[in-house]
Amino acid sequence: MKGGEAIIKSLMDQGVETVFGYPGGVLLPLYDVLYDSDLRHILVRHEQCAAHAADGFARASGKVGVCIGTSGPGATNLITGIATAYMDSSPVLAIAGQVATGLIGNDAFQEVDTIGITMPITKHNYQAMKADEIPGMIRSAFYIASTGRNGPVVIDLPKNVQEEEFEYELAKDIELPGYKPTMKGHPLQVKKAAKMIMNSKKPVILAGGGIILSDASKELLRFSNMIHAPVTTSLMGKGSIPEDNLLSLGMLGMHGRKTSNLIIDDCDCLISIGCRFSDRTTGSLTEFAKNAKIVHIDVDPAEIGKNVDVDVPIVGDAKIILNDLINVVGKAKDENKNHSVWLKHVIDFKNTCMPRLSFDDIPLKPQQVIKELSEAIDDDTIVTTDVGQNQMWMAHYFTSRNPRKFISSGGLGTMGFGFPAAMGAKIAMPDNDVVAVCGDGGFLMVCQDLATVKEYDIPVVICVLDNRRLGMVSQWQKLFYNKRMSYTDLGQSPDFVKLAESFGVSAERVEKPGEMYETVKKAIRSDEPYLIDVVIDPDEILPMVPAGCGLTEIVGEYKVERETPGEILYKPIGTDKSGD
Amino acid sequence: MVIKLDESKTHIISALVLNKPGVLQRVAGLFTRRGYNIENITVGTSEQENLARMTIIAKGDEKVLEQITKQLNKLIDVIKVRDLDPDITVKRELCLIKVHTSTEKNRSEIIQYANIFRGRIIDVSPETLTIEITGSPEKIEALIDLVRTFGIKEIARTGPTAISRGNKTI
Ligand SMILES: Cc1ncc(C[n+]2csc(CCOP(=O)(O)OP(=O)(O)O)c2C)c(N)n1
Ligand SMILES: [Mg+2]
Repeated sequence: MKGGEAIIKSLMDQGVETVFGYPGGVLLPLYDVLYDSDLRHILVRHEQCAAHAADGFARASGKVGVCIGTSGPGATNLITGIATAYMDSSPVLAIAGQVATGLIGNDAFQEVDTIGITMPITKHNYQAMKADEIPGMIRSAFYIASTGRNGPVVIDLPKNVQEEEFEYELAKDIELPGYKPTMKGHPLQVKKAAKMIMNSKKPVILAGGGIILSDASKELLRFSNMIHAPVTTSLMGKGSIPEDNLLSLGMLGMHGRKTSNLIIDDCDCLISIGCRFSDRTTGSLTEFAKNAKIVHIDVDPAEIGKNVDVDVPIVGDAKIILNDLINVVGKAKDENKNHSVWLKHVIDFKNTCMPRLSFDDIPLKPQQVIKELSEAIDDDTIVTTDVGQNQMWMAHYFTSRNPRKFISSGGLGTMGFGFPAAMGAKIAMPDNDVVAVCGDGGFLMVCQDLATVKEYDIPVVICVLDNRRLGMVSQWQKLFYNKRMSYTDLGQSPDFVKLAESFGVSAERVEKPGEMYETVKKAIRSDEPYLIDVVIDPDEILPMVPAGCGLTEIVGEYKVERETPGEILYKPIGTDKSGD
Repeated sequence: MVIKLDESKTHIISALVLNKPGVLQRVAGLFTRRGYNIENITVGTSEQENLARMTIIAKGDEKVLEQITKQLNKLIDVIKVRDLDPDITVKRELCLIKVHTSTEKNRSEIIQYANIFRGRIIDVSPETLTIEITGSPEKIEALIDLVRTFGIKEIARTGPTAISRGNKTI
């Protein structure tokens, strides 16, 4: 068998059905095998989209997403997508072509040091120097990418290795003596945590992307109900708990819900699960949860104590540890785990500051757009976002009810992620509707892949929130740089409807209240790729916590649902006896 | 002002790693990327055929050290990491010093110094002497200081490698 065949065979042995890629000189042998293999290959129109699509595929399905790019520029074009997957712990395998082994180091045509470049943005990377390494390498790559803390793996594949003949042998058991992720939490730590939680008066759970990665949503809900703890999430944790559940407070952080930010400040016990305490989630670390003892559950030991000092660390898988906690706490006396007074207090406060969504303004307010979008789609719809205001509006206002249904680039904040990720998600989950909510700036960075969704008939709905601005950057300029709007105006080009139509993709413009709902319905019904150009108010600002400030220092008007006169003040529990 | 007492404490980290290309780059890259203060890395084969031992001298407080160890452990090619307790660790370095010798008197003085430090003369030329010395980095510093007055032409140091005393292994 040839090396190239071994790649395809090994991928298929891992259950891979679809790969996203773009060919080139050094990949000719591999693509020659792909030509009549059963492995489906989607030809994207830019390698970055192959990587984001593989990432979206992985996030939507939990399976490893695979992308392929040629040596040199193909590999460097994959980089943004690999780094995006790395920051958000997404299991992606990126296969990069490489010049023949004899040429490596000679600055050969389209040679780049892919191994060196990707070292800091991958969980691990491999260079195949001989064809017989391939089967074991692919097995190891899948294992590494999808166990422990998930992450991307790169395989650098020289041209001659793809052509080399060898005796194919099924990969023996893989040997990774330096890789043994801890899955089970230490029982003593679990007991300590349980005790701390039961001794607390005001517990709050912070759920991160780890809940979704370890498929622990049910356990999260059970546990939070058991201890009456409200649940807030990081951006990556969005959807880990149904956000219309009483216990859910919505996202925490720089653009988080007011409730979450204020409650975290008041809680006396913070139980963080699968969350890495990024600065966008915590705000100023000295202010963060300053009244709380902290339990930190994470599968990656290096996350413990990295940003936040922790009282009880538990290293291991979120699902396993939540089950352990449920067991231990479940046996305790009711009065020990009862925090219902606290919970009621939190819910009462939450009800006073639910964000207002309905607006009949023209141009459309993003809140109204998101409200209509929510009404038009069902709970199983996978929503991806791009980066910028569009993303934070979605994170803030959109109610996500299921894990793996809200997909967004968190750690790297990659503009251009939303659309190709939606494409990958749709390939992974063909029975779910998929909607990408993008900014006009971000979408334009990847719009060439309209050709891909058209040619392969991948029916995703793309909503471009069209404010003709690099909205998020201009928001910062407005708030913190004296309204000096330096290079954030995108002007009038392009016409997104015509742009889509030139690719043969149906498109429509939405400008008035009510139209979004109708158009999304129609787009989904059409069962073909569809672009909606949503003209929104460029001046709407999402309240935010300035970088470096504590989470309670929210600037910008927080428009709430209930018509409460004056500012909404939070009174810590026990201090409201004097009456309002 | 708050003074962090052990802010610049020096740690000796011993790591067993897979003996294959790129491992040194992974480790060195990790230190640069995460901004850890690294003073020295030495690598060589170990008692196990496919494993190499790295000795890393790094500066930082306990928190930094903990992060370094954990991040190193995350590398797939790193098998084991241990922060060696300086009280029960022997640390040794090899150093070659090429000294200028203008007169016969200088020559015999340098040889005497080398002897006191249990060094050896490993090369002689009409105008130079080369000393080989092993020992703790402090001892090496001391000899270098002594022969400096004669004129040092070149120094080559391996950087320290280390091992625990007694039964203890990593
Ligand atoms: C690739 C990339 N370049 C630059 C940025 C910095 N950035 C963050 S948000 C933003 C503006 C995004 O504009 P747009 O896509 O129109 O979305 P909006 O904020 O208007 O919703 C920019 C430039 C980024 N996150 N990613
Ligand atoms: Mg915009």
